[in-house]
Amino acid sequence: MSETAPSGFDVRRFFALRYASHGSRLGVGYRAHGPDWAELDLHYREDMIGDPASGVLASGPILALMDMATATAVWLRAGAFVPQATLDLRIDYLRPATPGRTVIGRGECYRLTRSIAFIRGQAHDGDPSDPLAHVAGTFMATEGYR
Amino acid sequence: MILPPYGELLGLTVEPGDEAPVLVMPFGEDVLGRPGFLHGGAIGGLLEMAAVGALWQALGEEQAQVKPINITVDYMRGGRDKPTRARGSVTRLGTRVANVEAIAWQDEPDRPIAAARINYLIVR
Repeated sequence: MSETAPSGFDVRRFFALRYASHGSRLGVGYRAHGPDWAELDLHYREDMIGDPASGVLASGPILALMDMATATAVWLRAGAFVPQATLDLRIDYLRPATPGRTVIGRGECYRLTRSIAFIRGQAHDGDPSDPLAHVAGTFMATEGYR
Repeated sequence: MILPPYGELLGLTVEPGDEAPVLVMPFGEDVLGRPGFLHGGAIGGLLEMAAVGALWQALGEEQAQVKPINITVDYMRGGRDKPTRARGSVTRLGTRVANVEAIAWQDEPDRPIAAARINYLIVR
């Protein structure tokens, strides 16, 4: 989709660093971005299963993916890597992720104030018109976004 | 409580309790967010495991499948370099829906670092 977008935040370099963290443990990777959105992916892996009988991924890794996709969207809109903390995050689990499929999470920052970022997003596993999760929430910048 | 593979990924251990188990998550690179702090996703995952642990215990021997419908997490304090504990509590166990809350703390349970409300669909 979008190749490059003007932002002071270099999202590709950020995800290329891959410092040891929960995101790298889950294998969350960069896919695409725009001026106020980011798309990340989570590859299916057996160590993230929540229900061994069905092989369906736990909801936790999807929550983590959406937290990261929406946080990245805020940095893109703010134009810089700003220290921020999640205030609240709500996820609707529309359906289980299909075992074996990569989950794609798209986060968007639809409003940014001096101290609060409002975010929303969706996750799917191949067909964006058949989402598996919907997320809404807020982040707060400890020292302000601008 | 038998942990699924994702519970192992988080490094969880289970402390049995009368009403619900307490899950303990060690601090480390696997659950790290920004340097020095827990990842919000790992905290959310811990809360979900604690909530489902409480629900399984409430259901007891009953053969029922539970599916999360939604979760709302409030993050209250940064998670620092120490173990994090979490416990769920079943507010209402209905025939088709369960309302479950969970809190996560590091020092004292009355100083939570995060809390969650989760609705589950129960398939009997």
